[in-house]
Amino acid sequence: MKKTLFAQRFKTLASSLLLASTLGLAGTAAAEDPLKVGFIYVSPIGDAGWTYQHDLGRKAIEEKFGDKIQVKYVESVPEGAEAERVTREMASSGSKLIFGTSFGFMNPMLKVAKTFPDTHFEHATGYKTEANLGNYNARFYEGRYLSGIVAGSMTKTKTLGYVAAFPIPEVVMGINAFTRGAQSVNPDIKVKVIWVNSWFDPGREREAAVTLMDQDADVITHHTDSTAVVIAAEEKGKYAIAYHSDMSKYGPKAQLTAVTHHWEKFYIDQVQQALDKTWKPTSIWGGVKEGMIDIAPLNAVVPKEVAEKVEKAKAALADGSLHPFAGPVLDQDGKETVAAGSNMTDEVLLKMDYYVKGVDGKLPK
Amino acid sequence: MLRLEPRSAPSNLMVYLSPLLAMILMLVVGMIVFTILGQPPFKAFHAFFIEPINDWYGFGELLIKASPLALIALGLAVGFRANVWNIGAEGQLTMGAIAAGGVTLWLQDSTSAWILLPLMFIAGAIGGMLWASIPAFLRTRFNTSEILVSLMLVYVANLILSWLIHGPWRDPDGYGFPQSKMFEANALLPILIEGTRVHAGVLLTLVALVLAAVFFRWSLTAFQMRVAGLAPKAALYAGFKQRKTVWFGLLAGGAAAGLAGTAEIAGPIGQLLMPISPGYGFAAIIVAFVGRLHPVGIALASLLMALLYLGGESAQMQLGLPAAVSGVFQGMLLFFLLATDVLIQFRVRWISKTSTEAAS
Repeated sequence: MKKTLFAQRFKTLASSLLLASTLGLAGTAAAEDPLKVGFIYVSPIGDAGWTYQHDLGRKAIEEKFGDKIQVKYVESVPEGAEAERVTREMASSGSKLIFGTSFGFMNPMLKVAKTFPDTHFEHATGYKTEANLGNYNARFYEGRYLSGIVAGSMTKTKTLGYVAAFPIPEVVMGINAFTRGAQSVNPDIKVKVIWVNSWFDPGREREAAVTLMDQDADVITHHTDSTAVVIAAEEKGKYAIAYHSDMSKYGPKAQLTAVTHHWEKFYIDQVQQALDKTWKPTSIWGGVKEGMIDIAPLNAVVPKEVAEKVEKAKAALADGSLHPFAGPVLDQDGKETVAAGSNMTDEVLLKMDYYVKGVDGKLPK
Repeated sequence: MLRLEPRSAPSNLMVYLSPLLAMILMLVVGMIVFTILGQPPFKAFHAFFIEPINDWYGFGELLIKASPLALIALGLAVGFRANVWNIGAEGQLTMGAIAAGGVTLWLQDSTSAWILLPLMFIAGAIGGMLWASIPAFLRTRFNTSEILVSLMLVYVANLILSWLIHGPWRDPDGYGFPQSKMFEANALLPILIEGTRVHAGVLLTLVALVLAAVFFRWSLTAFQMRVAGLAPKAALYAGFKQRKTVWFGLLAGGAAAGLAGTAEIAGPIGQLLMPISPGYGFAAIIVAFVGRLHPVGIALASLLMALLYLGGESAQMQLGLPAAVSGVFQGMLLFFLLATDVLIQFRVRWISKTSTEAAS
């Protein structure tokens, strides 16, 4: 609250200075109107997690473009009927570039995009496009693969734990990439998964984490939005790999690394293009190479050889010589889904609905 | 020290004035909150309460948000008047939407809108009623608390919806994302005002308001239920059936919530996804009480409640205030209403220390 208050005051001060300076200029030349940019978030910004990472991108464009743009955001917008109104309000109050950062905003944004042809829309994690609607997403699975190498090197029980939200391709892809990363170190490693059926439910995430640790998992990770899993690992003296944000302050001993999202460059590029009037709708799926996905600094307990191995793999991902789903890819029953010598295509990846070899249990359908 | 003493005759006038008073108190304290947040209070007031509805689109949004709130609150009021506490309208809404959505996915390729839409609403009402019948049955049979049962069933309903859209009803062309196919045009409610999202579901709520007013005023059942609520022993003595009261109260709430859920998926949403309602089922409880369980009051309270939702968004966009501001206003409204209600029933008296000591 304090932070917000301070930020608010600061903004008031900044805007009044701004006003004073534009008043000074008004006589000489009509300053160009700032580009209005809007962000629609599905959850509160908080201090770690999915929305927090996007908000870092918002702050980055504010810092970079200063008074050339005017940025607004709305947090905690539910998917469904609400999203359409908020998007529309943003557009009709003059925003010319609007980012919506949740899958469920896709159809509402599409509807609004059709009635505001001069406004640019960018939707995260969806698949539909329109003349003025682009989409963007990150290759989360690349970071998962790297973190899998770390987990695979640090486990003593050869059992890893994974707290997962919903069995959709994006999440399944992450579990599989993590497993393959760990198995690149030791093919005997197993990954146990618990589904909590929620993106954000600290209570259930924690419970799932504790269950996994009781079942012998000594490195756990999560594809959910809270810090509960990292905190639980810290308390139990086990290791954790965080997701979305670096959560080392919640688990200074537990966090080995974190798979982190970085949207700053993407947002800066989009705003720049909108200012240059060169914006076009694109479908961007960026990974380690584009800097959209990275891992947080490794914990001091991780040996140097492991760090070097991870560094090498990261470089290989960036130059394309390594693909987390390079054939042969075997599913749980040992059936080959990608032949040796070829990589899984993006199209197949986006529809992934099976576990690879090494994941324990059955994927809920 | 301060002490609350029951009043011999609560003021009738104040019963109706207290919601207004609560609203004024909410506004005054709201202004203070805005000031503390570093906002000029009148500008903030404008952004919160005027901005969202100063064009047709915004006004339309107010209507489509107030509509489910009013509809559900009416249904709940039937039960609340008889001390039947259905807290689970949110779950009944979800089950109604599931039933209506099931009918849509099953029939939308082969049926015209004239048949499909009525069928959807019938299914929606039945879905909501079925879900409400569980607490009704358990209450009348085993005397369980309908408050707990209906509330817990909200979570069960959400899990069922989640299972359906992750499993059997998932859009096969949706890249595995958990939502159903988009509904075809024949399963969508017509738009009433061009350029807005105001759909025919608003008419349904208007009809329900009139029907409820007639029902509360002239029906014997409503009278019996009111008596059961105000004086259970008198109702028993008069031979009014308690079971009937419980069943009727819960089913009315379930049906209304189910219809509201149907109007949401056939209106602004247009498919089944999670979540269907941003908490209408719970907010409607506040609406019912602020509206004094009376149709006219409920209509006004639903508009106010809808405005609080819209204002929260507008305040975020215009002033960069946190999303929690909406919740603060809703909470204050209910808090002040309860506080003023206490003062209707009780009076505050200052009792000096010596006299309390003497009394003890």
